[in-house]
Amino acid sequence: MTLTYYLVLAAILFTIGAVGVLVRRNAIVVFMCIELMLNSVNLTLVTFARATGTVDGQIMAFFVMVVAAAEVVVGLAIIMSIYRTRRSASVDDANLLKY
Amino acid sequence: MIDAPDLSLAALAPLLFVFGAACIGVLVEAFAPREVRHPVQVAVALVGTGGGLAATIVYAATHEWGGGAGSVTAAGALAVDRAGLFLQATVAGLAVLAVLLFAERSLDPARSAFVASAAVPAGSPRDRDQLTATRVQTEVYPLALFAVGGMMLFVTANDLLIMFVALEVLSLPLYLISGLARRRRLLSQEAAVKYFLLGAFASAFFLYGLALVYGATGSVRLGEIRQSLAANDGDVLVVLGLALLVVGLLFKASVAPFHSWTPDVYQGAPTPVTAFMAACTKVAAFGAILRLLYVGFGTEEWTWRPLVYGVAIVSMVVGAVLGLTQTDLKRMLAYSSIAHAGFLLTGVLGLGADGEGSGLAATMFYLLTYGLTTIGAFAVLTLVRDGDGEAGHLSQWAGLASRSPLTAAVMGLFLLALAGIPLTAGFTGKFAVFRAAIEQGAWPLVLVAVLASAVAAFFYLRVIVLMYFSPPAADGPTVGVPGVPTTVVLAVTATATLALGILPGAVLDLAEQAARFVG
Repeated sequence: MTLTYYLVLAAILFTIGAVGVLVRRNAIVVFMCIELMLNSVNLTLVTFARATGTVDGQIMAFFVMVVAAAEVVVGLAIIMSIYRTRRSASVDDANLLKY
Repeated sequence: MIDAPDLSLAALAPLLFVFGAACIGVLVEAFAPREVRHPVQVAVALVGTGGGLAATIVYAATHEWGGGAGSVTAAGALAVDRAGLFLQATVAGLAVLAVLLFAERSLDPARSAFVASAAVPAGSPRDRDQLTATRVQTEVYPLALFAVGGMMLFVTANDLLIMFVALEVLSLPLYLISGLARRRRLLSQEAAVKYFLLGAFASAFFLYGLALVYGATGSVRLGEIRQSLAANDGDVLVVLGLALLVVGLLFKASVAPFHSWTPDVYQGAPTPVTAFMAACTKVAAFGAILRLLYVGFGTEEWTWRPLVYGVAIVSMVVGAVLGLTQTDLKRMLAYSSIAHAGFLLTGVLGLGADGEGSGLAATMFYLLTYGLTTIGAFAVLTLVRDGDGEAGHLSQWAGLASRSPLTAAVMGLFLLALAGIPLTAGFTGKFAVFRAAIEQGAWPLVLVAVLASAVAAFFYLRVIVLMYFSPPAADGPTVGVPGVPTTVVLAVTATATLALGILPGAVLDLAEQAARFVG
């Protein structure tokens, strides 16, 4: 069984996430794309753990999940606070600060 | 049978102190009555950061300078060595000053720079009520303490995974506290959203880099990565992974072209928080960059050298040129911080083969001087106010010297130090990093750096000219009388800026002795 497929899949997911962050306009969707990137990293870590025959990568995936969960808490709180003022979660509307 | 990991509590004491104080701060927030919460929180935060500083100094004096050669503890996850301790002490010391700025209560009529209740939507009737209410928010202290703990962990992380966790521990509270300004709340919230989205994006890159390096070398321990790279030539995975790791760290250090968040967040965040971010985050991020490149990838110098070289030039040019066009002082200082990040990278290039160059010592010294000067400059910004909070627009500073000669003189000192004029700390720091880079043959880079300094000097001096030689506007801002905390910060930073410029010898020696990594 070749593990390359999993690495390529993870790379594709990471790229989709990165492109999504750059092109999507809704802060929630941007945030979901970042989560996609983190999860593609998890897939990479687990694949490499399998390839090297160690469990380090799998344990690291747990760390990443916990950190991602903490990030969701903080991120949604910040996005909610600005949404309640502006009634919009579009990152294009957040344009008071520029140049 | 699982062996318990070795834990040197003495080496971990600074971290335990700060994180312990942060946890106590959370409990105070939950259980202490409202009237006593502010003084208690300030005391806990000062004891936490000051205790962290003291614990670092005591450990350094008794262990590292007492004949130790650095130790790796917590099952290899932490490298407590001289460089790590120097950086930890710098972070903790600057954090004490930042906490003092947070605690200032006599400048704003509403008695605090932070919003009374962050959950109230900006601009709503309840928000207008709380604008004048003198209730204050105290969540900011435990959050800042967690950020300080994360930074101190970041500079001693001997393991990419710990580095990632520390990166998040320092970033997440910063995202929150940059959205807590009492005035111009929408701007502050916008800054928090931008900082959060871009910061999370950058940490995803760091993490992917971690995964690729793990795949290529089979370990995330910095020492094991170096051994693995020395044994077999790095393949494309290592190069890619290293690039992604460095991108994630350069983002935190606000190096162009990864700087787009910096001006917005610096301007939108409450000014004490901006001071904290500008000084402490910079130290932590460069501490991690130095450790990653020197310890983990020291043998692969020619892989990262061109990248750092190019990024340093871009950062210096972008910071200096765009700084010229700014009309808001906080934004101007943000571009100045981008230019300074470029100068710091010049020092990073002074590593030399096997780390015998003077780059590490020079960069650490520069971080200390830059942190002190920058906290001082932002502290002066909190003094000059109009009816709507701080008066940040350049035109409002016209003729400030005739209104308040002392404020103008102190600001002038900090601006001269940022510009790198001799007899200030900025000059000594710049001289040290440039010398380190030239010793390693990077003189074209130093040439660019000197030119960029000359361009940047223009916008610092413009403010000084404006303060001293322009007639004051009729409806100009008022200069607030600072309370004890801000006065202490200004006195300490101004004295240190002058002292490190005139008599830098002792601290330079200390930085040189401290330039040792283990791991």
